[in-house]
Amino acid sequence: MNNRMYLTREEEQILGGKFGVGMQKAMELLVAIGDAYDAENMIPVSRAHAASSGQEGDLYFVELLADGGAKCRVPTTTNPVYDLAYFHSMFDIPEGEAEVARRVMEAYKRVGAILSWSCVPYLSENIPLYGETVAFSESSATPYVNSVIGARTNREAAQSALASGVIGKTPKYGLNIRENRKGTFLIDVKASLKDEFDYTLLGYHVGKVVGYGVPVLTGLPKRPSTEELINFCAMSNVSGAISMFHMPGYTIEALTVEEAFRGDHPKDKATITDKELGEDYEELQTATGSIDFVMLGCPHYTLKQLGEVARLLDGRKVHKGISFWACTSATTKALADKTGYTGIIEKAGGRVVVDTCIDEPCWIAYKEKVGMTDSPKCAYYRRFKDVVVSRLQDCVEAAVKGRWG
Amino acid sequence: MKPRSREDGDEKLAVSLRCHKIVGGCGEGEALVSHEPICFYLTDPKTGLIREKTHELAGRSVANRVLVFPSGKASSVVQIDGLFKLASNNLAPKAMIVRNVETVLVVSAFLARVPLVDRLEKDPFAAIHTGDTVKVDADNAIVTVTRQKI
Repeated sequence: MNNRMYLTREEEQILGGKFGVGMQKAMELLVAIGDAYDAENMIPVSRAHAASSGQEGDLYFVELLADGGAKCRVPTTTNPVYDLAYFHSMFDIPEGEAEVARRVMEAYKRVGAILSWSCVPYLSENIPLYGETVAFSESSATPYVNSVIGARTNREAAQSALASGVIGKTPKYGLNIRENRKGTFLIDVKASLKDEFDYTLLGYHVGKVVGYGVPVLTGLPKRPSTEELINFCAMSNVSGAISMFHMPGYTIEALTVEEAFRGDHPKDKATITDKELGEDYEELQTATGSIDFVMLGCPHYTLKQLGEVARLLDGRKVHKGISFWACTSATTKALADKTGYTGIIEKAGGRVVVDTCIDEPCWIAYKEKVGMTDSPKCAYYRRFKDVVVSRLQDCVEAAVKGRWG
Repeated sequence: MKPRSREDGDEKLAVSLRCHKIVGGCGEGEALVSHEPICFYLTDPKTGLIREKTHELAGRSVANRVLVFPSGKASSVVQIDGLFKLASNNLAPKAMIVRNVETVLVVSAFLARVPLVDRLEKDPFAAIHTGDTVKVDADNAIVTVTRQKI
C-alpha cells in the first residue's frame, strides 16, 4: 500500500549513501515524513531553524549527522541551550547534564549550523521573506514565520528541520501547500488588549479554545506590535498547537476575513472578551508572598523589551536575595550593551543572559524556589516549586520589593 | 460439524492485514490498545508505565508491546525525548499502529527505531484487541494479528 514519494536522481543517491551516512540519515527521515503525508515530491527550502534542546534525542540525531559528515546546505539556526562557562561560575550543574549540553553544542557547530541559540531567529539571524519555503521548528517560530511573514513551514521537530537544513529540501505537504493555509476557526475578539501581556493571555486562550487548527482573529482594537505577535505565537502553542493563524488586515496572507477562509464558512466560532482573559490571568496567580527569582525573556526579549526593563529598573535596586534574569539572544545583547540597557539592568542588580532559556537544566539551583515571570510558557515547564505569571511591570516591582501581592 | 473439543480452544486464529509503512522495520509483541492519544514523555522511562493519571491506560506499560493508538500529542521536544528515553532503556514499544500520524510522531519513531504504520485496511480498534499477538512487518506493509480462539 505504499507509493513512495518521487525522488530525483540526486535524492536517490543521497538515500543510497553516496553522500555519506549523515546525509543518508537526514534523507531517510525526510522520506518517512513524505510517505506519512503522501507527499508527491520534495521541494527546496531556503533556510531552516533547528529547535535544539540539549536533550538526549536531540544529541543522538545531531551527532548522527555530524559524525556522518553532513553539513548544512542552507542557513540553519539553533535554539537556546546554555553557555556552560557562564553558568559554571554560578551554579553546580550535574556533570551528566553538562556533558550532553557540551556535546550538543559542539555537534551543531560541526554540522555547520549558525550558532544563534535563539528562539526568535526570524528577528535578526535567519529572516525568511514572504512566500519562501522554509523548515522552522520551535513552536513559537513556526506560526510567526507562517502567519506574520508569510513564509511557508510545517510544524517541524528539531530533527526534521535539521534534516531539511542538511538536504536543503522538505517533502511537499501540509502548510507548504496554499490550500491548507486557510482559516478553520473564527475568533471574534472583543477584549481591549491594552499591552503586550494581553496578547500573551489572548494567545493562551486561543490555544485552549482552538486546540489544533488555523484561527482567524477579527476585531483587534489596533495593529499588534512585533512583541505582541511573538507573545501570541508562543502562548497559543503552550495551550494548543497553532502553526498558522490570520489577523486579517495585519498579517500578510489575508486582508479580510473572507479571504482568510477562502470563501468557506467557518464551522467553529468563539468570542473572546476581557472576562475570559481575566479568568486566564487568575488561573496563573498560583502564589503570593516572597519570591526568590524573576525570569524574563521567554521567548527571548527583543531590544525594545530590554529597553523597557532598563527604564523600569533605572536608579532602583533588585531586593537583596532575589535573582533577576532577562534572557535574550547574543545579537540583541550586543546592541543592548552598546545602547546602555545592559549597564542599567546590571547596576540595579539584574542580569541579561544569552544563549539559554528557562527550560534548560542550568537553572537547577532554583528547583525548590518560587519565581515570577511574564510568560505562561516559562511557568508551564514546571522546573521550579512555583512560578507566578504577571505583567513585566509587576515582575519588576516584585523584584524591587522582594515580594508579590 | 463436530462439537469443538477443549483442545480446539487453544487453536490460534491469524489474520493478515495490509497497512501503510511510515517507519520501516519489523516488530512483534502483545497488543496494547489505547483509544486516547499518547504522550511518551508521560511514561516512566525506567518502567514504561503510563504515568498520566487521567489516561485510560494509566499504570499499564507500553514496554515491548505493539501499541495501537489514535495519535500522538504534546510538544515536539517532549514527545521525542520521551520515546527516545524508553528506547535507550529497551522499553520502547515493539511497533506502533496509529490512525492519524503527524511529523513529530514520525520523528519520534524514526529516532527510537520503532516500526510505525497507519492506514490498516480494517479499523485497527476493531481488528486488534489488547492481548492479541501482533506482528508488524512495516517493510512489507503487513500486520498479522493472532488471537487465541477461546
